[in-house]
Amino acid sequence: MAFSLGSLVAKAPFANQLPQGPYYGVVAEFTTAAELYHACEKVRDAGFTKWDAHTPFPVHGLEKAMGLPRSPLPWIVLVMGLTGAAAGFGLQWWVHASAYPLVISGKPFFAWPAMIPITFEVGVLFAAFGAVFGMFALNRLPMHHHPLFQSKLFERVTDDRFFISIESWDPRFDSSATAQMLKSLGAANVELVES
Amino acid sequence: MAQTEAELLDNPVAGHPALILRSPDYHSITEAVAAPIERPTPIGWWLFFLPSLALLGLLGVAVSWLVWEGIGVWGLNVPVGWAWDITNFVFWIGIGHAGTLISAILFLFRQTWRTSINRAAEAMTIFAVMCALLFPGIHVGRIWVAYWMFPLPNQMGMWPNFRSPLLWDVFAVSVYGTVSLLFWYVGLIPDLATMRDRSKTQIRKQVYGFFALGWRGSMRQWRHYESAYLILAALATPLVLSVHSIVSMDFAVSLLPGWHTTVFPPYFVAGAIFSGFAMVLTLMVICRTAFKLEHILTLRHFDYMAKIMLVTGTMVGYAYGTEFFTAWYSGNPYEYFTFLNRAGGPYAWAYWIMISCNVISPQIFWFKKARTSIPILFVASIVINIGMWFERFVIIVTSLHRDFLPSAWGYFSPTIWDISCLLGSFGLFFTMFCLFVRFLPMVAAAEVKGVLPQANPHSRSGHGGAH
Repeated sequence: MAFSLGSLVAKAPFANQLPQGPYYGVVAEFTTAAELYHACEKVRDAGFTKWDAHTPFPVHGLEKAMGLPRSPLPWIVLVMGLTGAAAGFGLQWWVHASAYPLVISGKPFFAWPAMIPITFEVGVLFAAFGAVFGMFALNRLPMHHHPLFQSKLFERVTDDRFFISIESWDPRFDSSATAQMLKSLGAANVELVES
Repeated sequence: MAQTEAELLDNPVAGHPALILRSPDYHSITEAVAAPIERPTPIGWWLFFLPSLALLGLLGVAVSWLVWEGIGVWGLNVPVGWAWDITNFVFWIGIGHAGTLISAILFLFRQTWRTSINRAAEAMTIFAVMCALLFPGIHVGRIWVAYWMFPLPNQMGMWPNFRSPLLWDVFAVSVYGTVSLLFWYVGLIPDLATMRDRSKTQIRKQVYGFFALGWRGSMRQWRHYESAYLILAALATPLVLSVHSIVSMDFAVSLLPGWHTTVFPPYFVAGAIFSGFAMVLTLMVICRTAFKLEHILTLRHFDYMAKIMLVTGTMVGYAYGTEFFTAWYSGNPYEYFTFLNRAGGPYAWAYWIMISCNVISPQIFWFKKARTSIPILFVASIVINIGMWFERFVIIVTSLHRDFLPSAWGYFSPTIWDISCLLGSFGLFFTMFCLFVRFLPMVAAAEVKGVLPQANPHSRSGHGGAH
């Protein structure tokens, strides 16, 4: 897909701030998940790149309807988990075999089988930090202020409504034509959001 | 709404049994979940909260006295060097495990019925881990040097012994507490955003808004969020199995008859899930009735939980039998004596309480009538929790009280401070739980919405919502 590289760069953590302009973009409200799904397919096929769907719960398969690539998060977690396991194992080796070798119950200094539980636990700890804080970074959370929060309509996104937002700096954006397109895709309400 | 709850249980819609009754729309789920937080504090809440707070105060007194005076205020002494402290620790950490099982393992197995109970079960995990962490913390005696348990650089150049299961336990339990907290918080973010967007007062908007991190339900965010949630579930699953296995190794790696048993890790894990489900059941029965969540916490959920309790309770019973068989088959007279002493010695009363509560009482769940009767479930869940507390007491105290030489035999009796610490830990647990149900969404609203039939964009009921 032509825009996949661009969207990856845009989603890189802290890569860009929101550009300035009179409008943030246009937001359209849909009443059901199915309507949103089909509208997303159309927006994707129309070639928009700077847009998003907003839902009260993750709608199954919507990432495909939007043409989004897979999340890179598993790789972050893998690296963090391996780092944690190595750090846990390394600490135990260093303490018992290098820094302060001490005979306890006649066990060897480098009793590696006894070091497996803590290696595992520290690996899991780092991996979990990677999953949570990696997710925050990819999603650029916390972000307590966002132009979309100005929309009264948009408050229902965490309750029972589904939204598509198209940002004004999308090359194909045109405040009236884009709003018209969203209406024709079955939007119940369409609103222009100031930046 | 032609179907009653009982009819749905007997006659589930082909292939897709309804998890949530009364065919609600998304908004009514939001309302049902937010209502307990938004309406004025009910009297009933105070009736639970104030006694819990009083017990928490008792815990404060008991722990302060323990720190001031020393471990001698408890009833333990040679030969019983571990008694109610470690019993309570293992009991509470076991309670926590059902929360992780529900939130992580059932998630990986795509058991969508978990969505109604997972939030409260995860909260229960965190509060249980808090209670559990208290006991190893205070039982060390000089608690002002409890930080020696952690590998911190110090002027003595000394390090903890990483080859000891006791240190594995420090790592396992603290990692478990941390990961459970992260998992719970990640799950809460969308619902905190819901609370933020419904806030009527500025203070609510700011507090919920702060913790919601600016969540705006964007699919580009959900994509990473769902990945993070799945990964956390996949991490928590082996973690929870490792934690209770490592707890059991505190005993199994020793050379003491009654403790030195290879069956301990799976046996402890089964027992942990058993007792944890019993505690989830106790709490869910109260929440369902008190907050009128009968259509979200349905009899189907209770039916499933009862089945899990039947399975794990029977596994625990099998482990009790295996221990006896191994003691006999080992030909080791000390091992054999320990087990005969367990069932017929001075602590036989505790052993038989354990057997009747843990092995006999869950057998009632072979009957569907019992699995779907709220009073029976409630009583059985409390009986099982009593039994599981006694299981840890039996394992710990009966193995210790008759040492290898009869001259070193003893009998442990609790003091008022042992009892205060146990009761007080319940105070801590229930105080936290009361605060949780009052201020946080106790059902994962976003997840429940996701299992409604109309949530599937390809379902025929996708247009229009209600049937």
